[in-house]
Amino acid sequence: MVQLVFYVFATILVGSAAMVISARNPVHSVLFLILAFFNAAGLFLVAGAEFLAMILVIVYVGAVAVLFLFVVMMLDIDFTKMREGLQRYAPIGGVVGCILFVELVMAGLHWGMSPVMPAPITGGLGQPGGAATNTGALGNLIYTHYILLFQLCGLVLLVAMIGAITLTLRDRPMGRRQIISRQHERKRADTLEMMNLPLGQGTDANGGFIRPNDSYYVTAVPGSYGVPAAEKREPGEGDAE
Amino acid sequence: MNTAIAQIGLGPYLTVSAALLVLGVFGIFLNRKNIIIIMMSMELILLAANLNLVAFSSVLGDLSGQVLTLFVLTIAAAEAAIGLAILTVYFRNRGSIQVEDVATMKG
Repeated sequence: MVQLVFYVFATILVGSAAMVISARNPVHSVLFLILAFFNAAGLFLVAGAEFLAMILVIVYVGAVAVLFLFVVMMLDIDFTKMREGLQRYAPIGGVVGCILFVELVMAGLHWGMSPVMPAPITGGLGQPGGAATNTGALGNLIYTHYILLFQLCGLVLLVAMIGAITLTLRDRPMGRRQIISRQHERKRADTLEMMNLPLGQGTDANGGFIRPNDSYYVTAVPGSYGVPAAEKREPGEGDAE
Repeated sequence: MNTAIAQIGLGPYLTVSAALLVLGVFGIFLNRKNIIIIMMSMELILLAANLNLVAFSSVLGDLSGQVLTLFVLTIAAAEAAIGLAILTVYFRNRGSIQVEDVATMKG
């Protein structure tokens, strides 16, 4: 029974991995990648690594594969042109793949475990028959023996996040940004003006309201607020911006 | 040792992992021009490594392999995020993601 489950998962995994690299449409590649990750999670489950199986589904399918899908769909690329070199590179790739596979088979046939094994850091895998679950045992190990590496992983993720944001953040000239210091510096007199208007006269005769002095869209320019519009405006210049 | 993996043995896991690795390497050669597929092939290679680590961890009864798998997953996620960000910026600047042109990215 377990063998059957394993071979179903393994077959679909290898098949979908083959489809990932051979599909014509990159969107199909990403979808097959998702299928491959699900089946790899199944293999992890068979091996008893429940926590990692769930992490694989959550992190890979939920984040990485969706990120790939997003990028593939966002970039407007002619993917048919990209397959031009396929026939040229396929033989080289085939030769390298065959060599690698033969090497792996040779290594797989002749390796052996050392008779002197270091003792595991923790006792047992935390299977249902044992004391703890797999997740609990993993947590015990991560937060004690591997705490430094675990924290460094968080640091790597932080750096990756900041790097990705810094790379892709674009300063649009039309975008409006929040400048906190200017917000805090703002006085009521800068934006609010009390006017005693005589009956029957508009504000234009009295200098107009305080308004953004250049245009509506470049309000993010420092110093653009606070000067009454009528002082700044050239005579004869219209309101149309 | 886990009972399920005791019935299967280490060999099939290593075989599946080797097949994944070979497919990943082959995919890099096959899709020389499409950097997105190349990155997916790299994910496949890392998945093969993870599968090996989990299989050995389960057979040897040592959880350290699974902890290492966790770290590999972290690094793979960070790598995918950074790589795709670079790809997006590159596409924005150049209008294409031809791998041959990436050599001009110096400086």
